[in-house]
Amino acid sequence: MSAPNKSYDPVEVEALKPEEIERMTSEALAAFAAATDLDELAQAKTAHTGGTSPLALANREIGALPPHAKADAGKRVGQARGRVNQALKVRQEELEAERDARVLVEEAVDVTLPYDRVQAGARHPLTTLSERIEDVFVAMGYSVAEGPEVESEWLNFDALNIAPDHPARTMQDTFFVESAADGDEKQTGVVLRTHTSPVQIRSMLDREPPLYVICPGRVYRTDELDATHTPVFNQVELLAIDEGLTMADLKGTLDHMVRALFGEGMETRLRPNYFPFTEPSAEMDMVCYVCRGASVGNPDAPCRTCSSEGWIELGGCGMVNPRVLTACGVDPEKYSGFAFGFGIERMLMFRHNVEDMRDMVEGDVRFTRPFGMEI
Amino acid sequence: MRVPLSWLREYVDLPAGESGRDVQTKLIASGLEVETVEQLGAGIEGPLVVGQVLTIEELEGFKKPIRFCTVDVGQANGTGEPQEIVCGARNFAVGDKVVVVLPGATLPGDFKIAARKTYGKVSHGMICSGDELGMGDDGSHGIIVLPPEIEVGTDAIRLLELVDEVLDIAVTPDRGYCLSMRGVARETATAYGLPLRDPALLDVPPPNSYGYPVKVTDPIGCDRFTARTVVGLQPEARSPIWLQRRLQKAGMRPISLAVDVTNYVMLELGQPLHAYDRSLIQGTIGVRRAEPGEKITTLDGTKRVLDAEDLVITDDRGPIGLAGVMGGANTEIADHGADPETGEVRGTTDVVIEAAHFNALTIARTARRHKLSSEASKRFERGVDPEAASAAAQRTVDLLVLLAGGTAEAGVTEIVAPSGPHTITIPADHPDKVAGVAYGRETVVRRLQQVGCDVYGQDELMVTVPSWRPDLTDPNDLAEEVIRLEGYENLPSTLPTPPAGTGLTERQRLHRRAGRALAGAGYVEALNYPFIGEAVLDQLGIEADDPRRRTVKLVNPLSDEEPSLRTTLLPGLLSALRRNDGRGSHDLALFETGLVFRPTGDEKPAARLPVDRRPTDAEIAALNAALPEQPRRAAVVLAGAREQAGWWGKGRPATWADAVEAGRLVAREAGVDLIVRQDQHAPWHPGRCAALLAVVDGEEVLVGNAGELHPRVIKALGLPERTSAMEIDLDRLERAGAGVVPAPRISTFPVATQDVALIVDSAVPAADVESALRSGAGELLEDLRLFDVFTGEQVGEGKKSLAYALRFRAADRTLTADEASAARDAAVEAAVERTGASLRA
Repeated sequence: MSAPNKSYDPVEVEALKPEEIERMTSEALAAFAAATDLDELAQAKTAHTGGTSPLALANREIGALPPHAKADAGKRVGQARGRVNQALKVRQEELEAERDARVLVEEAVDVTLPYDRVQAGARHPLTTLSERIEDVFVAMGYSVAEGPEVESEWLNFDALNIAPDHPARTMQDTFFVESAADGDEKQTGVVLRTHTSPVQIRSMLDREPPLYVICPGRVYRTDELDATHTPVFNQVELLAIDEGLTMADLKGTLDHMVRALFGEGMETRLRPNYFPFTEPSAEMDMVCYVCRGASVGNPDAPCRTCSSEGWIELGGCGMVNPRVLTACGVDPEKYSGFAFGFGIERMLMFRHNVEDMRDMVEGDVRFTRPFGMEI
Repeated sequence: MRVPLSWLREYVDLPAGESGRDVQTKLIASGLEVETVEQLGAGIEGPLVVGQVLTIEELEGFKKPIRFCTVDVGQANGTGEPQEIVCGARNFAVGDKVVVVLPGATLPGDFKIAARKTYGKVSHGMICSGDELGMGDDGSHGIIVLPPEIEVGTDAIRLLELVDEVLDIAVTPDRGYCLSMRGVARETATAYGLPLRDPALLDVPPPNSYGYPVKVTDPIGCDRFTARTVVGLQPEARSPIWLQRRLQKAGMRPISLAVDVTNYVMLELGQPLHAYDRSLIQGTIGVRRAEPGEKITTLDGTKRVLDAEDLVITDDRGPIGLAGVMGGANTEIADHGADPETGEVRGTTDVVIEAAHFNALTIARTARRHKLSSEASKRFERGVDPEAASAAAQRTVDLLVLLAGGTAEAGVTEIVAPSGPHTITIPADHPDKVAGVAYGRETVVRRLQQVGCDVYGQDELMVTVPSWRPDLTDPNDLAEEVIRLEGYENLPSTLPTPPAGTGLTERQRLHRRAGRALAGAGYVEALNYPFIGEAVLDQLGIEADDPRRRTVKLVNPLSDEEPSLRTTLLPGLLSALRRNDGRGSHDLALFETGLVFRPTGDEKPAARLPVDRRPTDAEIAALNAALPEQPRRAAVVLAGAREQAGWWGKGRPATWADAVEAGRLVAREAGVDLIVRQDQHAPWHPGRCAALLAVVDGEEVLVGNAGELHPRVIKALGLPERTSAMEIDLDRLERAGAGVVPAPRISTFPVATQDVALIVDSAVPAADVESALRSGAGELLEDLRLFDVFTGEQVGEGKKSLAYALRFRAADRTLTADEASAARDAAVEAAVERTGASLRA
């Protein structure tokens, strides 16, 4: 360290006197400390660190000093400005912290306020349930087939081995389409499809086996609307045609479906039944997914879903009748197939505990909205 | 088919403790749909005894006639004294044997009997009706009067077989033989592995030439006709209690002995029978087709005009029965009783029994044609065992002789058209291949034999099916018999491997996307019935020559008001909107996707093609040409607030603009940039209706409409004010879809924004101004947006000001202010030129 330069008289430059510098510094520190908010601090900052502040002015004087005095004065001013800036930074942080604690609290809102500006929309659960079922099979390699709802009788009945006078034809009460032509000829041979089976027929007519299709869609029967019936309802049917398909394959496919839709541990049961388009035919049940059979013979824990039967009736199925294959140009000696079908409404009713069929057809937004986009 | 368990046990020795529920489980597993097991007489407890009415005192002064009776019940009441009973019924007399329930007993329905005071007397029990005992309908609803020979004090619970279980079986059309005790017993015996006592195994005398003369002229319609005669029936003979009870439990009402016996044998053997009063038949019984226009009055009292296809039973006068469906009134068996006209008391004493076999199809058609389904037609339609006819006739004769004191005449008429047994050849492993289970030949043969088949052969089986199984015609029918008897529940569960798939089609994906997008935008899906009538088309203001007036009509609609199928989705959606509004939901946005049905006008009737081969492509095309067009549409309807008011500020009502935007939203999902034009189209407001167009194969195609509904439509349909709607054709949109989207090039140079306000005539569509600006601005234009529309004094009468923000950017450099201004000026110039716009000062 060099000793003070005695050849220079610092008194000549008043502002650079150590006591002056000390005073300026003290005043700055006092001003910062006195600032009660960030605005006041900003003013103090301008006053004590700005271009016209005493320390800045003093700094300018350094240039006028003789060389031997410059270093000494520069050091003194630099140290002073350092202290001032440090004090400013500290105070700045203090006041910001204070502001954060105060102002942001003042700005707080009630985030629990509802914001139902646009109400949520929803897809109909029958649509989304059908898609969910379709997706199970699409993932397995099936394709989704669709067809007309107004359909020829041949495709809806005859090709399915339901001959004109077959008793089964009276089992389904069919909407018949009237002829547009005037006169007595009212027979159009056209109906509202009573099942999506004509889509199976169309698939067989269109494509060569192997054929794995799932046929969702609207179907029509002349039932009056009540709590458990609707004249317009939705089905999903499945058709698989390949070499060597068996009833065991049918059972396995059904088991897979109910597991995919209702969870592990589910299975199906087949009971003999009669349908003209399948032979052998079966009625298919699935384990009640609510009680899983625990309600059977257990009056203390009855199950409303399955009426304590342990099983829920799903629909019909069977091996495609070789006569149907013949009518579609599929060689029954080479190929066999299985098919099943069931109503989506019924499945929705027991899967979601819907009590009244009418809720599904009336389009009441209060019914549909809670189902959202997927089911 | 209702099957009393007690009756079933007559043919199969079921284990003693086996309940109806147990039998139900077994039968369901083997393929009979046993829907319920009814517990007859559940909870019934005596004393319930036979009594004899000793005295009757008519009590006066009550609203209805009341009798105070004393009844001898023997020692059943512990005292042997006459039992004092008050009774409201009147169909009995002093000396009649009746059923008496005594205090302390319980009747079905947990009805506890105690002595009680009524009509000023104490009634110590009750004289019972069939209803009260849970016996079913006997037609009288009065109290039961028993045959006089039954002893006083007899236990009536056992006498009337009040406690039983009845299996109610829904018989599928292929199992006609299970419409008989014999058929159900056979299934039961097989299910339990027990022997069957076949009630059709009877000694039947061979046919001879001196039976009642019968002439069958239509052996196709009637391949078997057995006639037997019983004479000397006692007209006053009644059906015994056991027979009446079996009929009742099976769901039939006892009528008269001869009728009851034929019904009983039908239930037992499945063979419908008919008994003619011989004194009323004139000459030979014939079987032939009806003459067109011929008439008959059937037993139900209906006069019917016959069709040339109807098979009839005739005598010398003409038809005396509709074969296999219902007998004629003119040869009806008469019960004893007074003729209402002559007062003469008479009853049938001589009957001719018909046990015939008719063609299933013929009977089905006749039953349907005349809307007359009877117990007989139900069985013939599903197939009756032709070999059971003579046994059934014999059984009827035996019962009439036994129960009515008749005498069987020796004459046996039997006309049989020759027919061979039906034989099916199958590989012995065919059932294995169908099931996916290795049953083995031995099992297959054993199961087929249990069904009643004769089986020969080793690797190839020659299977002759039993006469009662006309449904067994194909190899798979035999496979089903084996598999169901081996148990469907024992089938393994295997999963086939389909070839790798390609997922949903574009059409299917668009359908899903459209639904998701609309739901995401706040619309709620409604699935509406497609039935409409003229009225709603009138209310929608649709003109007479509008193609939406040309509908597919139903022959048998649910409602005559709505006989047609929708040609637009709007009627269903609007009624759902109205329903929601009426139920208190007023801010509504609904959507639907679905088919509409648009006749082409060129539909020809669909041919009934053969089924023994694939139809040709031309035949399939002709079938399709019989159908209307059925495009898939999407539609929305809106009313009330689109955005609700709340703490954030004001709400916003749903308007025409939301409807148009819904169209754009759906189109975007198809990758289509919708062209919107002003339009006038019902049911929309003529000034607030947009045509929605898309470019398909280079041409603009109308794909839909949107806007606010016409005020008259809103009024006519009772809709909320300013209801708006959009309908768009998804199939056309799919065809207009852009396909693969080319990726845009993103410039990172700065954007230059320029705003312009243009004044145009208010009739000039904003879309035209925008497209002029775009084309004029050139390729430097990155984007433009209409941010304000203004009308008012400043812009002048009949004018509007459109304010656009234009964003310019170059791919390779920072634009200078001059470049951006030049591009803007070019844009404005194009707008001036094409739309008469002027730059707002």
